[in-house]
Amino acid sequence: MQFVIALFAASHQPSARRALRFAEAALAGGHQINRLFFYQDAVSIANNSQVQAQDEFDLPAAWREFIERHQLDAVVCIAAALRRGLLDSQEAQRYGRPAATLASGYCLSGLGQLHEAAQQADRLVCFGGD
Amino acid sequence: MARSMLLISRQAPWAGPAAREALDLALAGGAFDLPLSLLFLDDGVLQLTSGQQPQQLQQKDLGANLQALPLFGIEQLYASQRSLTERGLQHAELGLPVQRLDDDEVRQLLASHDLLVTL
Repeated sequence: MQFVIALFAASHQPSARRALRFAEAALAGGHQINRLFFYQDAVSIANNSQVQAQDEFDLPAAWREFIERHQLDAVVCIAAALRRGLLDSQEAQRYGRPAATLASGYCLSGLGQLHEAAQQADRLVCFGGD
Repeated sequence: MARSMLLISRQAPWAGPAAREALDLALAGGAFDLPLSLLFLDDGVLQLTSGQQPQQLQQKDLGANLQALPLFGIEQLYASQRSLTERGLQHAELGLPVQRLDDDEVRQLLASHDLLVTL
C-alpha cells in the first residue's frame, strides 16, 4: 500500500514520535511512503537548531536518519515554516537571516504537495491535528 | 476521479495560527479544483461569528479570508449545530452560508468523504 503521512504537531508532542513508529512499521511491512508532509507545529521536527539533553531521545535526529536511510520525500510547508523560524539557505538569504535552520533531507514547498500526494496514495494518515 | 476531502476546522480564530492554516489548506485544495468540504466543529465555529475586531489583538481578519472560499469553488460549508449551541450561537447570524448539521448528519458527512483532515 502507498501511504502519505501528514504531521501537524511539534517535535516534543507524542504524535511526532508515534508518526515515526508508524512510518517505520509501514516500511517494515513492505508498504511505501510516497511523501511525508510537515505542517503547522510539525515543521519544528525539521529544525536543525534543536538540541536535546544527552539523556533524552532526539526525535528530530531520528526523523532525519529515517528519511536519509530510506531516501523519503519529506516536504515542509513553506508558509508554516517561515512563521516558525524554519528557513533553508535560499529563504535565509531572502529575508536577511544569519543562518538556515532547515535540516538536510527536507525541502520547503507549498500545500499543493499535500493535496497532490493525498490524491495519488492509497491512504492519507494524519498525526497530531488539533 | 478526484478524491473528496473533508477538512475539519476545530480552533478559534484567536487561538494561534491553526484556524488560518486550516483555511489555507482548504484554499490550496480549491486552487487545484479538488472536491473539498469544510466542517466547523468545536471552537472552530467561533470563526463564523460576525462583528469580530481582530485588529484589537493585532491579528488579521480571518473572516475576510473565509469569504474567499466560494471564489475558490469551496461551497460545501458545514457547522456542527451542537458546537454552535454549546457556545450560545444557535441563533447567531453567521459570517458564512454554512449548513448546520446535527450529530447524525456530521457522522454521515464524515462517512461520505474519501479523505479526512482535522486541524
